Amino acid sequence: MNTSVLKKIWRPFLAILLFIGLWEVATRLFSIEEWLLPAPSDIVMEARSVIPTFLPHLQSTVTLSVSGFLIGTTVGLGVATILHLMPRVRETFFPFIIISQNMPIIVLAPLLVIWFGFNALPKLIIITLACFFPIAVSALGGFTQTNRELVHYMKMMGANKAQLFWKLELPHAIPSIFSGLKIAGTYSVMAAVVSEWLGAQKGIGVFMTLAASSYRTSRVFVAIIVAMIISLAFYGLILLLEKFFIRWQQKGENN
Amino acid sequence: MLELRHVSKSFGNKQVLQEISLHVANGEFVSVIGPSGSGKSTMFSLIGGLLEPDAGEIYLSGENITNKRGFISYMPQQASLFPWRTIIENVLVGQELQGKKDYERAEAMLERAGLGDVIHAYPHELSGGMKQRVAFIRALLSPQSLMLLDEPFSALDEFTRTDMQKWLLSIWEDDEQSILFITHNIDEALFLSDKIIILSVNPAEIKEVIEVPFKRPRDEELLLSEEFLQWKRKIMDVIQY
Repeated sequence: MNTSVLKKIWRPFLAILLFIGLWEVATRLFSIEEWLLPAPSDIVMEARSVIPTFLPHLQSTVTLSVSGFLIGTTVGLGVATILHLMPRVRETFFPFIIISQNMPIIVLAPLLVIWFGFNALPKLIIITLACFFPIAVSALGGFTQTNRELVHYMKMMGANKAQLFWKLELPHAIPSIFSGLKIAGTYSVMAAVVSEWLGAQKGIGVFMTLAASSYRTSRVFVAIIVAMIISLAFYGLILLLEKFFIRWQQKGENN
Repeated sequence: MLELRHVSKSFGNKQVLQEISLHVANGEFVSVIGPSGSGKSTMFSLIGGLLEPDAGEIYLSGENITNKRGFISYMPQQASLFPWRTIIENVLVGQELQGKKDYERAEAMLERAGLGDVIHAYPHELSGGMKQRVAFIRALLSPQSLMLLDEPFSALDEFTRTDMQKWLLSIWEDDEQSILFITHNIDEALFLSDKIIILSVNPAEIKEVIEVPFKRPRDEELLLSEEFLQWKRKIMDVIQY
């Protein structure tokens, strides 16, 4: 198994190495200023020295994005369930949900600060807004695409609405809910960093703004790379959960 | 046990069922046979309570169950197993809906039905015939005393089908359940049933009810006997007439 993973991974791995190498050579060859584009080696050096002071920022952002993600997931699943079980409500409010998604979060952010101040609340609202949509839409899609034959079976057997939902529609929607969760997971980190730009004591976003305003570009890169790593870690974690939840599907066809 | 009294149903201007009256006795195996589009599935939806008849009533053990759900157990054309449940969890669905789960009985039943090795397997690991067996056991384990079987073997190949019919009889003959069985296969109806109800089309009316005289238990030999072929010819005559 390990060799097969290695076989799969060596090409992209080599491509990344090549890219970093080119970057390093180019910055040296054309003697690009560090504040404009730092070489990878500069970024690594910077990371080494800055990591101890960076840890509290990291922790703050992770906490923020995880809590935002959890709230967003809860709200998203809740909204999807309500809209699914009450078709009238869906007809009335679904357009609102679509419109709400076409509003750029960054534009909304200053407004939220005016209304709720500089505490955690507006930040959580931003992350929740970013996460809730992909989850709600994927869950709703999963609910409505439930296999008609299974629905017919359940109805013939006398299942009521609650039984139909808990025993059939919800488990049936789990694969699509997970595709929503994967998108929301990566959104949540991005939204957390953006929300920290608005004003916070700690966080990768704060660290980034401070570094950028003093032209410490290497630090900005450190922040970007760490944000990427967090995002990837979220994605990986959700992938693991998915594997666990839909292990019944692993070997076979998708019924 | 089950009684339909003058049940009629139409969709828009199209009359699908007209004045259907039929009777299934306790422990009886009754087949409904008729060409496709003769409203057999509509009849099942009416008995299952998913649809309301325009006229007539449906009784089960003396109780009026017209437009009421949860009184019958059902086996659809496609096995319709839940892919995220193991076989044992699948066969318990019917009991779950009515409240009580009897794990031991389900296990014993699966063993007896030759499905003991796959109790903890997932449906996608089973062949089409095996899935249908599971679906039948699921219907049998449901607490309702009447089973509706909607062309359960029509998607199977000829060899599997004959095997399945023999298997179904061997399981069912030990049980007290009544069965109402939809098919468009005359051999199947004759081999399995005590009584065959022949429907006409547009709208479906009962053309004739035939009591099948063959003794139980029945085996494959019957399918090739002179008597069987005579009955088959008789039914074909009724359908063509």
